[in-house]
Amino acid sequence: MISDYDKNRRRNRQRALTITTFALSLIAILLIVQMWLLTATLEAFLGGDHDASLPGAIISGLIFFSCAAMYLFVLRTERKDKRQ
Amino acid sequence: MTPTDSEPKGETNLWSEEFPIEAGEESLVTRRQLSKFLVLTSLGMFAGNLWILVQSLMRKMSVYPEQVVANASELAVGEVKLFTYPEPKDICILIRTTADNFVAYSQKCTHLSCPVYYSSKTKNLECPCHQGAFSAQTGDVLYGPPKRPLPKIELERRGDELVATAVKAGLE
Repeated sequence: MISDYDKNRRRNRQRALTITTFALSLIAILLIVQMWLLTATLEAFLGGDHDASLPGAIISGLIFFSCAAMYLFVLRTERKDKRQ
Repeated sequence: MTPTDSEPKGETNLWSEEFPIEAGEESLVTRRQLSKFLVLTSLGMFAGNLWILVQSLMRKMSVYPEQVVANASELAVGEVKLFTYPEPKDICILIRTTADNFVAYSQKCTHLSCPVYYSSKTKNLECPCHQGAFSAQTGDVLYGPPKRPLPKIELERRGDELVATAVKAGLE
């Protein structure tokens, strides 16, 4: 017989796992885009096109902050679930 | 005594968050740690983009010195001369293509930095390492693995003297 406490705990864990997996997938996709962006910016820089470096750095920064925000969100969700 | 017995109710130690004793939470930790690693990788790539930005700004602001590289009378048509510009390590090649026309480029191939040479037979700049070739008139790639043109040295003729004034890299 499973108690209500265990049921709740299992459900919370499952939810945290789903959120973590979703965030991890999104971070991985953003990372691929960022890797392509770095390659393209470096190629343009080596080719003498210096105008691409500013938008490249801004978009790369946005991607990094999105990844960091998602990671912090995952941590917060886990902590919240544990507290519950 | 189990480790959890020593913990006050409602609080957890850091070690038990990072290394849970329950097997079901292990998958959560590995996913979290992988996320952390990916975020750090993202930070590294952002740092790379910032480095490119700083280098671009430095190149835009850089001022090239003026330097006499040769006298026009010392080269016959089709002859070349090597010189260094703007730094002593930057080897460049000066070519007299016609009686009135002088062109100069960085001697480093844009593929893998082998030194290019002027072929008087084809009148092109050729790279012997991977059979790439550049136009002696414009520095553009004619064939082979290089994808970017040779950096061009801006020249000014002052009387008999040829003066290098700037470097124009690739698409600039």
